[in-house]
Amino acid sequence: MALLAARGISKRFPGVLALDAVDMAVEAGEVLAVIGENGAGKSTLMKILAGIEIPDSGEVVRDGESVNIDSPRRAAALGIALIHQELNFCANLSVAANLYLGREPEQWGLIDRAAIREGAVHALAQLELEVSPDVLMGDLPIGHQQLVEIAKALSTEARVLIMDEPTSSLTSQEAEALFAVINELRERGVAIVYISHRLGEVEALADRVLVLCDGQNAGELDRAEISHDAMVAKMVGRDVAQYYAHQAHPAGDIALQAEDLVIPAWPDHRLNFAVRRGQLVGIAGLVGAGRTELLQVLFGIVPALGGRVLIDGAPHAIRSPVDAIRAGLALVPEDRKQQGLILEMALRDNIGLPGLGHYQRVAGWANFARQAADADQMIERLAIRTPGPAQIVQYLSGGNQQKVVLGKWLALEPRVLLLDEPTRGIDIGAKQAIYHLMEELAESGVAVLFASSELEEILGMADEVLVMHEGRITGQLQRDALSEEAIMSLATGKAA
Amino acid sequence: MKKILGILGLLVAIFVVTWIVEPKFVSAYNLQNIIRWTSLFGIISIGVAFVIITGGIDLSIGSLIGLVGCLLPMLLAAGYSPVIALLAVVVLSLAIGLMHGLLITRLGLQPFVVTLCGLLFYRGFARWLTHDQVQGFGSSYEGLRQLAIGKVSLGGGFALPIPFFLLLLAGVLAALFLNRTIWGRYLLALGRNETAARYSGIQIERMKVLAYVLCSGTAGLGGILFALDVNSVQPAAHGNFYELYAIAAAVLGGCSLRGGEGSILGVVIGAAVMRLLYNAINVSGIPTQLEFAIIGAVILAGVIADELIRRVASRRRAGRGD
Repeated sequence: MALLAARGISKRFPGVLALDAVDMAVEAGEVLAVIGENGAGKSTLMKILAGIEIPDSGEVVRDGESVNIDSPRRAAALGIALIHQELNFCANLSVAANLYLGREPEQWGLIDRAAIREGAVHALAQLELEVSPDVLMGDLPIGHQQLVEIAKALSTEARVLIMDEPTSSLTSQEAEALFAVINELRERGVAIVYISHRLGEVEALADRVLVLCDGQNAGELDRAEISHDAMVAKMVGRDVAQYYAHQAHPAGDIALQAEDLVIPAWPDHRLNFAVRRGQLVGIAGLVGAGRTELLQVLFGIVPALGGRVLIDGAPHAIRSPVDAIRAGLALVPEDRKQQGLILEMALRDNIGLPGLGHYQRVAGWANFARQAADADQMIERLAIRTPGPAQIVQYLSGGNQQKVVLGKWLALEPRVLLLDEPTRGIDIGAKQAIYHLMEELAESGVAVLFASSELEEILGMADEVLVMHEGRITGQLQRDALSEEAIMSLATGKAA
Repeated sequence: MKKILGILGLLVAIFVVTWIVEPKFVSAYNLQNIIRWTSLFGIISIGVAFVIITGGIDLSIGSLIGLVGCLLPMLLAAGYSPVIALLAVVVLSLAIGLMHGLLITRLGLQPFVVTLCGLLFYRGFARWLTHDQVQGFGSSYEGLRQLAIGKVSLGGGFALPIPFFLLLLAGVLAALFLNRTIWGRYLLALGRNETAARYSGIQIERMKVLAYVLCSGTAGLGGILFALDVNSVQPAAHGNFYELYAIAAAVLGGCSLRGGEGSILGVVIGAAVMRLLYNAINVSGIPTQLEFAIIGAVILAGVIADELIRRVASRRRAGRGD
């Protein structure tokens, strides 16, 4: 009998059916890998199991008994622990305090600090983690923070441990250490649900693979059936080559060139690379490798510490997004809700925002007619599904929101398009539309530089890949030299 | 738009209830008074609305009104021509706004702290400058004072105070600025989401400085009018709490202190509600000690009603799933 099972789970968010009657089961002493592209519904399913989201329908069964997991507290009582993809901790508290956050042992109404410290030492020793329990969480490197989160989950005596992309920010040594822990937990009879985009990892670890696609079950693979190709085929639900629709474009002149560029976060490294017109260049790397920071420097969000940027051969001092836009750059940022959109404003107004300053006929007078025309054009060109241009963007689905962010910039006809995680958290239809759009733009001579943590996306879309590791470019791979192994060894700093 | 109808409804309700309780309330003299004071407060409320729209706050308005109210009569008494004196206080106000804006954007200080220090400083400076002596224009400068106390007769024994026309002018200009220019749109955008506005190529620092300059500038203009109106400026008391009346009017009129929201018409009606309420308490025989309590209760009720309506509306929208 399965230790934990989900039956017919459905969950709807405004504008999108995130889960559509999904089934899942995991047994004691088993590592179940859950894979699927961004937006397939993996994270939502895990949040339901951990009591963070409440399903619209379906049931969760623990040891054969139907249970109602309506809060994280309830999930913890049932022995279910979730380690989030985005780390959740208080940076201003010590490691020990974080380990016991929300369940502090008390003595006479005061926090029992000695007990916390003792428990923390024990929990950290379990993972052979050499970290002092007294250090502030915010002072730890990101890999250690991740491991402390795992120690926290283990210290709750969890029977079911859910890990949402635990290795996305770990170096290869740290990841190896984690795999050893996972294997030991499996021996002890803990059920492990493991979510990852790294198919190589899944191949090495998983006893069984559950594939989700667009919020639905897309199949399962037993230990013997697990292979890279089988997983990819199930994930995209169609032929991979057709899905990414990659075409070779003639490379034009150099559109964007970085010479000895210095990112403030890594003042010791100098970055050199070029992106040609008509090319799709991917940036691969682990979380924290500097992909986002590089794009932010190029777009002037954070000014460079040194070096120079040439656009179409001419040097441009880019100290702010205003300079970048003037030089013909556009950035679709990583976090569309915080950085890309003004959620409470209308679709039309979001699309028009960067262009307002450019289309003034009388100084200062906003050209709202032009804005309306741009919005109508983008709704049609990008097939944005909306009741109309006046719709407030927070009520659109993630995919349509992302199309609005793209539309914002396409209206300005950029020469160089920077994209940071262009398909994060959007459904498969919207992803395909965005891939086609990227192809179309490259075809029309735009230079496209995109950062992605989805290896499949990089492998499927890029003409050339820059691999980053800790603020350096550790390798540049041409399309014919691309492989998951080649990218991962450069990304984890092994082949540096 | 719905918000404006709501606040307009409140205005009408207070008006009708007061009229029933005390029919003398609608005398031409009383109504003119209400309109005159609404106009003066409306002007300073429009100014603070711009700052509130950026997600900031300005607590120094009342003290700036006090300072301007002291300086203007002093400059005139010192023999400067009215044009020079008016220009001087306006430039001073704009410079104060510029300083607030630069401290907030360049040094990254919190608007609350910067303008709180302003509140203390300008008041203290005005008292020191005047040795706490009452300032005024005496019986001279009658022509200049018409700006605040003059009336334009409409016939039938009713006349509209000149400040009403000044408010009309300021309101139309402010509404055009907020709704028709790129800068107005930028202010609304950065008030909602500063990061996204920055990523869209908006110079948020510059826009914020502009908002503080506009706010102090209108406070300076308001300060001139208030001084001309009362003609006896108490350095320690003139303008006390006016920043709070202005902020309350802006909030009643639909500005969110979180930023990004607000309409000029709403703010003006908000100022009218404040003045009407104040007047209603006076004429209907309610003990004036209760004045603050009643105004506070009405604003709180208004804000609660607004929040509840917003929740119901957003639940409905999310439920539709479009």
